[in-house]
Amino acid sequence: MRFIRRQFRRIGQEILAIPGRAIAFVFLISMFLVPLATSDPYIMKVLIFMNIFAIYAASWDVLGGFTGQFCMGHGAFFGVAAYTSGILNLKLGLPVWACIPGGAVMSILAGMLIAVPSLRLRGVYFALVSLAFPIILTGILFAFPDATGGEMGLTGIEVVTRNKVSLYYITLAVMIFCVLTMWKLTDARSKIFRLGIVLLAIHEDEVSARCVGVNTIRYKLLAFSISAFFAGVAGGLYVHVLRIAGPSNLDLMWSFNPIIWTAFGGMGTVAGSVVGVFILYPAMELLRFVPHLRMLIYAGVIIAVIMLMPEGIVHWVRDKLEKDCPRCKLVNSAWRRDCRACGVPLRVKMKTDPSPDRKATTLSEEVA
Amino acid sequence: MIPIILIKGAMIGAVYASLAVGFSLVFGVAKIINLAHTAFFMLAAYAMYVLVMVYRWPVSAAVGLLLIGMSILAVLVYLLFLDRIREHEGAVILVTVALGIAIQEILLLIFKSSFLAVAPFVHGIVELFGVTVPKQELLIFVVTMACLAAVLLFLNRTRLGLALRVTAQDRETANLMGINVKWVCLVSVVMAVVLAAVAGIVVSPTLTVEPYMWAHPLVMMFAAVILGGLGSLKGSFIGAFILGYTEVLVVFLIPAGSFIKGSVAMLIMVLILLVRPEGLYGVIFEEERL
Repeated sequence: MRFIRRQFRRIGQEILAIPGRAIAFVFLISMFLVPLATSDPYIMKVLIFMNIFAIYAASWDVLGGFTGQFCMGHGAFFGVAAYTSGILNLKLGLPVWACIPGGAVMSILAGMLIAVPSLRLRGVYFALVSLAFPIILTGILFAFPDATGGEMGLTGIEVVTRNKVSLYYITLAVMIFCVLTMWKLTDARSKIFRLGIVLLAIHEDEVSARCVGVNTIRYKLLAFSISAFFAGVAGGLYVHVLRIAGPSNLDLMWSFNPIIWTAFGGMGTVAGSVVGVFILYPAMELLRFVPHLRMLIYAGVIIAVIMLMPEGIVHWVRDKLEKDCPRCKLVNSAWRRDCRACGVPLRVKMKTDPSPDRKATTLSEEVA
Repeated sequence: MIPIILIKGAMIGAVYASLAVGFSLVFGVAKIINLAHTAFFMLAAYAMYVLVMVYRWPVSAAVGLLLIGMSILAVLVYLLFLDRIREHEGAVILVTVALGIAIQEILLLIFKSSFLAVAPFVHGIVELFGVTVPKQELLIFVVTMACLAAVLLFLNRTRLGLALRVTAQDRETANLMGINVKWVCLVSVVMAVVLAAVAGIVVSPTLTVEPYMWAHPLVMMFAAVILGGLGSLKGSFIGAFILGYTEVLVVFLIPAGSFIKGSVAMLIMVLILLVRPEGLYGVIFEEERL
């Protein structure tokens, strides 16, 4: 009983008091309630793909947004998992719940392979090199048409479950689990995992990170395998929902999409990629009413968003709604007058006439 | 067999070289990764089709108008989009990808997805080492090489070229020495787009003109630039020829496997990078070494 009460208090203090988290919480609850409102198979299908792509985009964010490895070949992870999962299911007849982890593990191996050049290349160099991996994989697919179905891809893969609503709940549960795991793993303020702050350090300045004794190679490999694993989970789920794995899972747009979603939502926040998917993917579905202009509008939206909000939506909204306490660094909602923990006033009125020398000394003292 | 591989490879390599050198120039001077680079190449081919095949203009007039038009387009693209986000690498990559897609979609809207062809500018064939080569292919090689030579002369012999090289070496210092960095970056972007347009113009008669023709050259151009070392013009040039010959070798030796030519080229790039992470002629700067 006390435990439950404490949990409720935690929800009140740590979730509802912070606008960003409150929005995420309300959003999560409403996600569970969607099938009550409608069980239209088309809407369910769109929502299922949104869940899957949210995992995919968030996995890119771990690698690109946090670690700074701007991977332009993320489709390689997705594709490896999709094909492995499909082949395991079709050729070996394994059940679905063995195929998806199998695909994810294979994807980790692919991640390790891709990490090898990335350990020696940096920045833009790695971005352009990573573009090559899906193309190499496509070549491998076409070279072994017996196992991979060549250009036609694999068809007739077993579906997770035929009922659309339960499929929706399964993908939703997996999505929430994966996204929360990634969010916790990469949380830079976490007291349990060191990973988040180390990855950010590698992003900011890799040489300095090495200088303070971080084994950057080990952490980069870890980031690659985490990212590849979750991209693999997304790929496996995708293949067992759509029942098709094809070479289109490896083409250029498939690798660019998670980058676009994440950049739209906000890089370096796992939440940003989820927001990006949940706004852009349904928008793309709506645009099916004008199929000729679809990609053109999409391109226009990308350009407009990046020119207007280069940081992404999440950062933009957070700047508007949240404010850090100047003393205890606790996050407060922007409309509060004083900090909810230590009572320090959040908005300080500047006095109109401070004597100039005194201001200068206090400033330098503060800096010291 | 060997002479024909040599000649075909030289032709394809020359096209990739003029694309790769332009890309490398923009990256070196303005630090812009322009993923829409080959979209301009495609745009030039389409414009050539419209002017020469639809409106029946003479080739020389069409080329003249096209070069002017592409320069204006480059200036607009730079001032409207690239200049404001030049400092954010991720944003530049996304915006240029979106630009490329936008160009592709506009062409799709206008021309549908039909395959178009442009008539050769010069007719007839030449006999070279026992191989019959259409004069058009010879023209491709000669024109692109002449353009690259002109770029080299410009960079090494003029004051503006010196400014470009200085900016490529150190942007801040160049700015302190009174060079207008924005203007220099604009010049580099225009030069690159014109190089791509020239390649698109001379290649258009030998390719089928279709809205997705920018993807393959884009990937090959990247591979060439990285292979040669990012920012090194000499490296891009040599990388382009290596990949051009690789592609031709794959097509001639494994005719059934010609669709994996891109994959083989990528594999070669990755293998070379494993041995030399900085590319063939790349320089590792002190702050970049691991």
